[in-house]
Amino acid sequence: MTVWVEGFLVVLVLTNLWLLGSSRLLSCIAAVSVQGVLMGLLPLVIRIDAPLWRLLLQAGASLGLKGIIFPILLLRAVRSVDARREVEPLVGYSASLLIGVVLLVVSLYTGLRLPIPGGATPVLLVPAALFTALTGLFVIVGRRSAIVQALAYLAMENGIAAFGMALAEQEPLLVEMGTLLDAFVAVFVMGITIFHINREFDHIDSERLSSLKDTPQ
Amino acid sequence: MGTAGISVLQLALSLVLAPLVPGIANRVKAVVAGRRGQPLLQAYHDIAKLLLKGSVYSRTTTWVFRAGPALGCAAAMVALAVLPWGADASLLSFEGDLILFAGLFGLMRFLTILSALDTGSAFEGMGASREAWFSALAEPALLLALASLAGKAQSLSLAAVLAGPGIGGGRGAAVLLAAGAVFIVFLSENARIPVDDPATHLELTMIHEVMVLDHSGVDLAYIQYGSTLKLWALGGLIVGILRPRTGQWMADCAIGLGGMLCVGIATGALESFIARLRLARVPQLLVAGGAMAALALALSLVR
Repeated sequence: MTVWVEGFLVVLVLTNLWLLGSSRLLSCIAAVSVQGVLMGLLPLVIRIDAPLWRLLLQAGASLGLKGIIFPILLLRAVRSVDARREVEPLVGYSASLLIGVVLLVVSLYTGLRLPIPGGATPVLLVPAALFTALTGLFVIVGRRSAIVQALAYLAMENGIAAFGMALAEQEPLLVEMGTLLDAFVAVFVMGITIFHINREFDHIDSERLSSLKDTPQ
Repeated sequence: MGTAGISVLQLALSLVLAPLVPGIANRVKAVVAGRRGQPLLQAYHDIAKLLLKGSVYSRTTTWVFRAGPALGCAAAMVALAVLPWGADASLLSFEGDLILFAGLFGLMRFLTILSALDTGSAFEGMGASREAWFSALAEPALLLALASLAGKAQSLSLAAVLAGPGIGGGRGAAVLLAAGAVFIVFLSENARIPVDDPATHLELTMIHEVMVLDHSGVDLAYIQYGSTLKLWALGGLIVGILRPRTGQWMADCAIGLGGMLCVGIATGALESFIARLRLARVPQLLVAGGAMAALALALSLVR
């Protein structure tokens, strides 16, 4: 089982690097979708002591939402606003990847030192979760396209969910489902908002949204 | 057969067979494209033809220009002498030869860059600058990948590193990542397709090719032979990282030769199916390779 967990976590880290390095919107959506599938399968390989129906329900719900429905929603948003296919970076791709390596080192350093209640968590889980959350945060800051920011928000949510898997020995099903519902609503609302922003202002460039402030520029 | 005999045999095999690998890659490309392609032994013919020719030297060049190709070829030969094929030590094996192995490629590159700059041509200077820029990104990836393997093997000698548990040893992820990073370095260092097109003669996009434009005759033969040796050395490193562990030197030899065949085929197949990256995108590929190597190092240090 540990081999599987390690493999999954390494692929999770690689999807983050993929998200950081890719310049195409569709490629970013694919990265987050793969991440969603991984997040769906992770509880299956990590926690074996919960009842099977619960694990399957949780895995199915999170895989279906994060791996399939969210990407489809975002793809629809891309199509409906006729978004540019480039992610419009504020920080270049190579620099993003280098920053990603730094974030990876930081999350490994902190993740391996954090005291985690309950001993049975896989070694790499907390660093990988931290790295995913930090990557999401960085991409939100470092890209201008609103759709990529929504994607990065999803990556951040994935990181937090993975962190939750490490922290909670017996996380209630209700909490798990609640987070999923939250994320679902958030992505849904973001899709609609992006559409409306685009219709109103003809672009979804978050840099230029700040000019909507009341203070004269 | 004694250990020394085995390593001499392996070194001789790699020195003789190295020009075959580009031939295999070219043949795969030709077959995929539906052509018959050049003979498998084309590289041997080219080198033999060049060895029979005389050289022309520009009046602006100095001894640096003449020394570069021969010394670069010698550096590649030493790198092959350092690289072991199996659990047996190579001819030149000592604690820390890992650094020498990576350093020899640095030396080779340095000599190529120097002799390119020595021609005084702005065009070759441009190629030299690109080479320096890309290798500055490729070298950390190679060193980090080697460091991750060394961290697993708890040794700085290539023989011990490549004799480690390998891909079946439970830490497959780190080994695979390191091999992936080395493969990216392999493509970049040997001017293969996503980074540089070995067949291109479009001046503005060439990298390696542009630096050797002024060499001719024997010098060019040294450069071409040296580049096939470099291909063999880095390909042999990938094979060494990934190959299954055996105990017998015969099996090691067979795996080494089969692995190099696979490297040639994989290179040819990759070149048939993907296009060259834009020049500005190449550093990104190399940084991604470096990130993979860093992840491999982190994985090997965690436990």
